[in-house]
Amino acid sequence: MNEITCKCGHVNPEGTELCLSCGRTLSKDAENRKTADVMRYEGMARRSQTYNLSIIDKIWNFFSSVKVGVWLIVTTLIASSLGTIFPQALFIPQGTENVYYEERYGIAGKIYYVLGFHDLYSSWWYLLLIGAIGTSIIIASLDRVIPLYKALKHQRINRHESFMKRQRVFSDYSVESPEKTIAQIRERLEKKRYRIREEKDHLLAEKGRFSRWGPYINHIGLIIFLIGGMLRFVPGMYVDENMWIREGETMAIPGTGQEYFLKSDGFTVETYEQGEDPEVFNNTIEREGAIAKNYQTDAHLYQREQGSIAGQQGELVEVQNGAIQVNQPLKFDQFALYQVDFRQDEYLSMSFNMTNKASEESVGSFTIRFDEPQKVYELENGYSVELTEYFPDFSGFEDGEPQSVSPIPNNPAFLVRLFSPEKPDGEVAFIGIQRNVEPLGENDYALEFAGVETRDVSGLTVRKDLTLWILGLGGAVFMIGVVQGAYWNHRRLWLKKTADGRLLAAGHTNKNWFGLRKDLEYVFDSTGLEKPVDHQEENLNRNTSADAKEENNRDSTS
Amino acid sequence: MSKRKKKRLLIRVSILTVLIAAVVYTLYSTLTDDDRMLVKAGDAAPDFELTDLDGNAHRLSDYKGQGVFLNFWGTWCKPCEKEMPYMENQYQVYKDEGVQILAVNVGESEFQVNNFANEYNLSFPVVRDAQKDVMYAYAIGPLPTTLLINPEGEVVKVVKGEMTEEMVAEYMEMIKP
Repeated sequence: MNEITCKCGHVNPEGTELCLSCGRTLSKDAENRKTADVMRYEGMARRSQTYNLSIIDKIWNFFSSVKVGVWLIVTTLIASSLGTIFPQALFIPQGTENVYYEERYGIAGKIYYVLGFHDLYSSWWYLLLIGAIGTSIIIASLDRVIPLYKALKHQRINRHESFMKRQRVFSDYSVESPEKTIAQIRERLEKKRYRIREEKDHLLAEKGRFSRWGPYINHIGLIIFLIGGMLRFVPGMYVDENMWIREGETMAIPGTGQEYFLKSDGFTVETYEQGEDPEVFNNTIEREGAIAKNYQTDAHLYQREQGSIAGQQGELVEVQNGAIQVNQPLKFDQFALYQVDFRQDEYLSMSFNMTNKASEESVGSFTIRFDEPQKVYELENGYSVELTEYFPDFSGFEDGEPQSVSPIPNNPAFLVRLFSPEKPDGEVAFIGIQRNVEPLGENDYALEFAGVETRDVSGLTVRKDLTLWILGLGGAVFMIGVVQGAYWNHRRLWLKKTADGRLLAAGHTNKNWFGLRKDLEYVFDSTGLEKPVDHQEENLNRNTSADAKEENNRDSTS
Repeated sequence: MSKRKKKRLLIRVSILTVLIAAVVYTLYSTLTDDDRMLVKAGDAAPDFELTDLDGNAHRLSDYKGQGVFLNFWGTWCKPCEKEMPYMENQYQVYKDEGVQILAVNVGESEFQVNNFANEYNLSFPVVRDAQKDVMYAYAIGPLPTTLLINPEGEVVKVVKGEMTEEMVAEYMEMIKP
């Protein structure tokens, strides 16, 4: 490694811009850069710039670059916004992703799907981008915070005249007694709560150094946030499952390791009635019709005995019961059950009368429950109905065979055999909604529809998220970093008594130069000296006053 | 100086390794998300106990020492219907060689399951998982899904979707003791 030896004799590592000892500028390059840029990292060599050897160092340097970091963020932003062009896979019918986009949006949809924009947060390249941003944040921060910390920790009190002259706020005073002036300034600085260190002929006062750590605290928050996001993939940390439960049913709750069961007592929808709260709702009810007030599932929560295995009925112990409403989940053991969906009026049972076609007299009635159909329904006086087959979701015939497309009784149909004293061998009929077929010839008896019972189905989400507090912590740390960096500033004032008896004063702050000027105004007030000049401000004033003069001239000529 | 450089390289390598590991883990978890919860080949098969149509309880762990061909199905599911006769045929071949079939119906009524079993003359135990308890324990997605469990009680293979008769035979060969 090449080292740079300063005129003062101090040996600095390669890449250093300002001598660590006296503050002299060490390279032509640094000389030409703006002081604000050089001072950002106290003129220290950023670690990544110091050498460039192995492949590891090259990777390191790549991620250390702020330019690379910004490009990664911009790319991710563009990708994220492209992901909003068409709906995400979450919002389209499940399992239709491979055809949905192309059918709806043509070639653009196909590209969208093939490149993984349809499920952006799970597409490998998007995750790689996020991973690269995380890596960039960590490496870029490490490469800057460590040298910065070292520079500020070991910062010298005496600085070379050239260092001071380069500062934006600088003045060169001739005073009778520099020692006395320094003492006066010191007193005022203490009142402003600057931390002051003095060394022969030199003084360094500083305040708010901790604000320099703001960006790095902020980055730590981001990293905690990313870790929280990553932990969702660790088994046991995050559960997001759906379940459908019918009124009266007891079902295992998915995601709970078969430990918990839920029984639904019923599902209710309530709407606001006309006149119930006339000022708020009447107009809307007139315009839109009913307005939902409440969606609610009343449920019992059971826990299975310890040591039971799946399927074993065992003992279910009631743990809780109560209502599950929208945004009012049923909470238990880190889980929460949310009311998210419902289906109303699913068929539960149908009742029939068996009637004699000729006399139109009923010989008996019975009810088929779809959740537990029976083989035979005995009626009185030697009549009975045998259920031969049941099709919950009848969809039509295929090769003469009735078909059912799902196990849900959306369109129940039955093949039955009707027994009567006259027809001890039975008559075959195919019964469904608006359907009564007698496939083996005319029957003497028929089933007459006598009524239907329905029940509601609740759609619930089972949610467990042990990463929430980590995300919260990450967010809080992030904000602390923002506040720390934004509402405090690192102000410094250097004083130097030169060999020939002049007094040099230089000031620097990482932001809020106005605040520094105010401080200096107060501090120099008691000395009878003008506060050190902010040269940038001065240039600005000079330019604006020149502009103003020009304006005036123009005004007068017109 | 070279010592310091070495130390720096070591630190860099370890930080990069940790970061790469984190990214790879996340990528792997995301890309295998659908299968993450599912019982996979190599896992111990979760124990369960279900009752068949004659009222006999069948506990998976009671079949240790035999290969278990664990099939999840529904009466309305066409592929399930298609593969049942194949399973019945091969059961006749392999039952004497120590392969047991357990056909788990997911959430349907006794009537339907009974009807189905009678229609296809199924001689292997057909059990009902009325509360979908076992289905969740195995995180079964679409039906049919078949798990091949070896005599040691370890899952050898998870078969999603329909099987041909050759496949059924081949799989039974795989798990026979």
